[in-house]
Amino acid sequence: MSDKKTITFALMDPPYENARCTTALRLINIAAQRGYNINVFAYEGAVGLPFTKQSPHPNAVHGHDADEEDHPLPHEWIDAIATAANANGGKLDWINCGLCVDERGVHEALDFVRRGSPADLWKCAEASDNTLVIPTK
Amino acid sequence: MALKVLNIVESAYRATIEEQDDTILWTSTALKGAGANVDVLLRGNAVNYGVKGQDASGLQFGAKKQTHPPQLEDDLQRLMDKGAKVYVVTDDVAERGLERTDLIAGLEPLSRSRIAKLYADYDQIWHW
Repeated sequence: MSDKKTITFALMDPPYENARCTTALRLINIAAQRGYNINVFAYEGAVGLPFTKQSPHPNAVHGHDADEEDHPLPHEWIDAIATAANANGGKLDWINCGLCVDERGVHEALDFVRRGSPADLWKCAEASDNTLVIPTK
Repeated sequence: MALKVLNIVESAYRATIEEQDDTILWTSTALKGAGANVDVLLRGNAVNYGVKGQDASGLQFGAKKQTHPPQLEDDLQRLMDKGAKVYVVTDDVAERGLERTDLIAGLEPLSRSRIAKLYADYDQIWHW
């Protein structure tokens, strides 16, 4: 195995439900900043993370219009992480569980997101230095 | 050397009605069928997956009936039939008032104190 680290993440939580997604993306971002090759297998609700129909909205309680609120969109975070990975000599390979996408109807995803199955998780794990599962509860 | 993984299932009955199975048992069975070297450890509330005679049938919303409710004991049996070991934490079984005779045959009993030693037999531990 080369000196470049490869790490695989398996995620399960949908966006906007708990802190685990944000924590997972923080960890993935650290790996991107270090130039690691990163595999993500998004399972169940996590296939909604790179869904590109997520939309910003105004927030009257905050007194912000949509631009001022600049509401976080996980698909934009993931796109930024992928850009950072590339800039640092690594790459982000994001695989959405295909059946999970079908169940939820979240087919519109970032261009680099590919459809896969648990067999892809296994291939990624075999080719990685380690695997971190961050499941839903 | 081929990768060897232990899938730990602890969160139990997580969307099993909607999915008509447990998604990690499903994944484990799919991987095992594809030749992967994967075993399963049931702990916490998930030890109940091994209980005989579970019946989740009968769901109906209006005229829409669920025709294939989850059959977790059968799913465990299918996984074991494919050659996977399925461990069950005996302390968690006892804490839930279950007897070994309440469980399907073929599960590998394991005390909580032995879990760490079991981990040493695997390359990776995936705790779902």
